[in-house]
Amino acid sequence: MLEARNLTISYNERVAVSDVTLTLAPGEITALIGPNGAGKSTLLRTLNGQVRPTSGAVLLDGQSIEKYTRRTIGRRIAVVAQEAELRFPVTVLEFVLGGRFAWASNSGWGWETERDLRIAAEVLNETELNELSERLMNELSGGERQRAVLARALATEASLLLLDEPTANLDLSHQATLLALVRNRCDRRQASSLVITHDLNLAAQFADRILLMKNGKAVRSGKPDEVLTPELLHEVFDVEVLVDAHPVSGAPRVTPVRRS
Amino acid sequence: MTVALSDQTNVIAMRRGRVTLRKTLISCAVLAGALLLALVLLSLVGSEPLPARASLCSLLSFGSTSCGLTQDQFDILFQIRWPRLLLAAAVGGSLATAGASYQALLRNPLAEPYLLGISNGAAVGTMVALVFFGSNEWSRPLLAFAGSLIATLAVYRLARGRAGASPERLILAGVIVTTFLSSVIVFVTTMMDATRIRSFTFWLLGDLSGTSKALLPVTITIAIAGTIALTLNARSLNLLMLGERDAFDLGVEVGRVRIIVFVVASLLVGSSVAASGSVGYVGLVVPHLARLSLGSDNRINIPSAALGGALFVIVADTIARTIIAPRELPVGAITALIGAPLFIYLLKRA
Repeated sequence: MLEARNLTISYNERVAVSDVTLTLAPGEITALIGPNGAGKSTLLRTLNGQVRPTSGAVLLDGQSIEKYTRRTIGRRIAVVAQEAELRFPVTVLEFVLGGRFAWASNSGWGWETERDLRIAAEVLNETELNELSERLMNELSGGERQRAVLARALATEASLLLLDEPTANLDLSHQATLLALVRNRCDRRQASSLVITHDLNLAAQFADRILLMKNGKAVRSGKPDEVLTPELLHEVFDVEVLVDAHPVSGAPRVTPVRRS
Repeated sequence: MTVALSDQTNVIAMRRGRVTLRKTLISCAVLAGALLLALVLLSLVGSEPLPARASLCSLLSFGSTSCGLTQDQFDILFQIRWPRLLLAAAVGGSLATAGASYQALLRNPLAEPYLLGISNGAAVGTMVALVFFGSNEWSRPLLAFAGSLIATLAVYRLARGRAGASPERLILAGVIVTTFLSSVIVFVTTMMDATRIRSFTFWLLGDLSGTSKALLPVTITIAIAGTIALTLNARSLNLLMLGERDAFDLGVEVGRVRIIVFVVASLLVGSSVAASGSVGYVGLVVPHLARLSLGSDNRINIPSAALGGALFVIVADTIARTIIAPRELPVGAITALIGAPLFIYLLKRA
């Protein structure tokens, strides 16, 4: 279980995140929403131990994350970030096997075990990339690449998934497929996920909880219908919205009306 | 059931395409065999022709019998050509290994000790050693190491922007460091006496003719140990090659690996520059060919580049010492003739 307690993160004078408390419970997807510059990505980077909080603490199973080695964290927490530019040719399989690094008995030279290969095969299947496994990453479409990035994260077998706008470059059907994969991981293996997204309706559909942030502060945290209210969304995004129930799922559905 | 079956076919299919220990050992064995063969054959080539049969016989006995070679021929073979070939191999292996590791760490296929000014850093170190501690042979590799480490850190700091180092920015930083250090070299050169200047200019271009008996074992040991040390970090480098942040997320101790690469690669560049001056482009050409034929996995790439670099420089040096015999060209001129066009090609593709 991953907890953030009263996290404050400031760079020089600027406060990026201010007094945020958050718990990622097993089996749950938490959506992190808010305008650009709200501190969402900084918060995610802090949960992974990459950014040190100015005050407050990140606890992994009750212990400060700073007490763990990078390899242990690599086995427990997987990050799906916006992909970096690839400058060397690697195959999809090589890329996905990168997710097994933290499990190697010898971190530098070690070779992939049968188990590593089996897990890679499983996640390639899950993400429907098995036919592309020999292809080079830079030959793939944006959507396929994003799935490969998720496949690598799933290959780590981490029980905590942190996803930074995983659906940003994806078309409608791939957005749903990708989040279904995350949902699946949470349901079957009691994993917990934190997903940063700008798509409020997607958040409403997939998330168990939503954390709404603005200017580094947590404005509200709760179930989708508690957070996605016209008043709160107006306060945070400065937009008039209409919120009704989705005709099929019943989840809140947000439609912008006009700018106030 | 179908899922399990297709998983199994996948695992089998994967074994084919991926780099494995077996594939790595085969690649290294083939290259090591080629290197050994080239060493033997090229030791027979030169301005003074040696009888092939007698030389081979003597080589196979590791010099214990002369097999009919005259004393002069015997000395040429064992006192001049073999030390020089071994040094060429050590220098080539060191530079190619350093190049491959810099490329992976800096995520830049154009990174190369010579182009980044790191060789120049080592050259300044060597020259300072020659001017101030001329009698002490050990001071040269030590100060060359210090020089290359300082140049490495300088380039790294200069190139690193907020969004990481772009390939162009890194090369620009290299140009700045190179030109700055060139001025320092000119400055130090003017402090030398005129008779030594010519041999220095030659040495700066990369020259293997002044093989030092005392430093040869050191250069070879560093080449082998450095290659092993960097190969042992190859899996981390595979992830760093895709992005520092991704590597960190996946469990790589980024800071530790970076220090290892900087120190070990500087040691490799320092020891080869102290022995032979700045032989350029080896670290660019060889790792590129390795990637082209073996893929991007550093676990196979680094050791293969080391052996390939050794092969490349012994061939280049043989060309350098025979093409206008009895006069010699600096080996760096030959490697640059091959490397510079490739660099332009790679820059266009990047």
